Amino acid sequence: MASVTIQGVKKKFGATDILHGVDIDIADGTFTVLVGPSGCGKSTLLRMIAGLEEITGGEIRIGDKRVNDLPPKERDIAMVFQNYALYPHMTVRDNMAFALMLAKQDKATIDAKVARAAEILALGALLDRYPRQLSGGQRQRVAMGRAIVRDPQVFLFDEPLSNLDAKLRVAMRSEIKELHQRLKTTSIYVTHDQIEAMTMGDKIVVMRDGRIEQTGSPLELYDHPANQFVAGFIGSPSMNFLPGILRRSADGLRVELADGTQLDAPPQSSGVDGQPVIFGTRPEHLTLVPEGAAHGGIPSRVVVMEPSGMDTFVACRHEGVELSAVFRERHDFAPGSTIHLQPDMKTAHLFSVDTGQRLAA
Amino acid sequence: MSRDTGTDTAGMTFLESTPKKMLNAYLPLGAFLFVLLFPFYWMAITAFKPDNELLSRDGNPFWINSPTLAHVKKLLFDTAYPEWMWNTVVVSVTATFFSLAASVLAAYAIERLRFSGAKQVGLAIFLAYLVPPSILFIPLASVVFQLGLFDTRLALILTYPTFLIPFCTWLLMGYFRSIPFELEECALIDGATRWQILTKIVLPLAVPGLISAGIFAFTLSWNEFIYALTFVSSSEIKTLPVGVVTELVEGDVYHWGSLMAGALFGSLPVAFIYSFFVEYYVSGMTGSVKE
Repeated sequence: MASVTIQGVKKKFGATDILHGVDIDIADGTFTVLVGPSGCGKSTLLRMIAGLEEITGGEIRIGDKRVNDLPPKERDIAMVFQNYALYPHMTVRDNMAFALMLAKQDKATIDAKVARAAEILALGALLDRYPRQLSGGQRQRVAMGRAIVRDPQVFLFDEPLSNLDAKLRVAMRSEIKELHQRLKTTSIYVTHDQIEAMTMGDKIVVMRDGRIEQTGSPLELYDHPANQFVAGFIGSPSMNFLPGILRRSADGLRVELADGTQLDAPPQSSGVDGQPVIFGTRPEHLTLVPEGAAHGGIPSRVVVMEPSGMDTFVACRHEGVELSAVFRERHDFAPGSTIHLQPDMKTAHLFSVDTGQRLAA
Repeated sequence: MSRDTGTDTAGMTFLESTPKKMLNAYLPLGAFLFVLLFPFYWMAITAFKPDNELLSRDGNPFWINSPTLAHVKKLLFDTAYPEWMWNTVVVSVTATFFSLAASVLAAYAIERLRFSGAKQVGLAIFLAYLVPPSILFIPLASVVFQLGLFDTRLALILTYPTFLIPFCTWLLMGYFRSIPFELEECALIDGATRWQILTKIVLPLAVPGLISAGIFAFTLSWNEFIYALTFVSSSEIKTLPVGVVTELVEGDVYHWGSLMAGALFGSLPVAFIYSFFVEYYVSGMTGSVKE
């Protein structure tokens, strides 16, 4: 096990900049998730850690060893690929033993290590099968087994669950997390799925266009997003954003929406009177204002109702802006009717229109 | 190779009734088979027909009344046919082996080492294949003479790769391309060297491609005519195609029976090899690596 330090790492493909200087500190034994929309450079960064891509600038250290110029096999890492990359002509046993055979370990050691990994992953009955005879989930497990037998310093996962169906993905998610809790090997996991990131990571690194938008624990990102991008990317259904003007007066901060609706603004927000802002509130932080109440909330026209049994998702529109709300209670609004939604001031955020940054104190 | 043929039958319902089956499947197949196999049949019956039957206009030309082994005997004992056969085997096998070894390295390097100019090299190799042997044999003859290889088997073993390597390289490049890149990256992380990746991962997966390239190369060198005709003159060094044509046609006298017997025995080994590897061969031409 080892920590991984990424300092000012840059990547260029020809004239195109893929990564513009990325700094991440990954502590020993943690599970770090790199998440972001496709093309944000997260997979490239992972491949640079693995040694499959050259590093244009900056430094990557695994433990206290600078690995920039080391070939992959000298970095003491193991990687799980999106399409599993199992060797089709080898049995499960040979797939797992391949790296150990190349390292010229003796047969007894190899057998013991493979048996241990097979036991951890419940692959014992499949050892003599070929990859084509396995289901998607089993292949995924073999790919992990291949990583485990090597007992590396760092596990790298490159979107390992993308090829699985939704149900299996959820199951494998907790299996990987459980495995990490058991082995405590430093892991770096790349995904574009923010739910995977939230549920699995000790630490999440949100990336966009080759830059880090924010780094933090899942709930830090959820509760205190650094900017509008992170606020919108983390959480599903995603945060609602309403444009408005900040009004600062003696009795506190308010946001005035385009139609004149006045909302309480989060009291800790910075920003000056008259500044155009984006008001952000999560769907579950909207409450329904009872019919006929004096204080209005945001008047919204119901577009679609989506009851899921556990909760009710309501898609609405306010002044042309999409707005979604999730209620624990069961409601039955007619599409086209108008409801009033009151945001929770304590959990709402204000973002600068110009920079997208959160206006915090 | 294909595991899900069961699901394909849904689209084949038009073959279900017998008359339709006749019309749509067996009739065209029969016509096709007839066109393909008739020359073989003609070759076979000519090889065993006595001369008087061969040259007579009476009787059924598609049948033999009194079969004879005279032509075969003449071929085997009065000509250097066994030596031609041996020469052809030696030349084809060695030329194929060396070409395949060179092509594997070339194709892998062009396809996977991503050195600068790899694409251009690939294209240049393909263009080399397009230069017809009828142009190349003149400069090659001069090379063969200067190396002192004229009238030796080595002349053929060294010149056949000029068309075999481009062909095999091109075919193998396509096959290597179908092997997922991640397998090699995974092996790289597992600690394999380039050579180990090639021998332990890529080549085992490319076996169908290697077999089809090998069969093609073997057939091309087995049937090669113009180089063998130009670079070899002694009877005992000749290959089959050249030997049969030059020694069994004397002026305007065609020894049809022995000619056809020679052609028949010459084509049997190739047909045998084809039938043996047909499954690999088809997947090598069409398929890619299946997990």
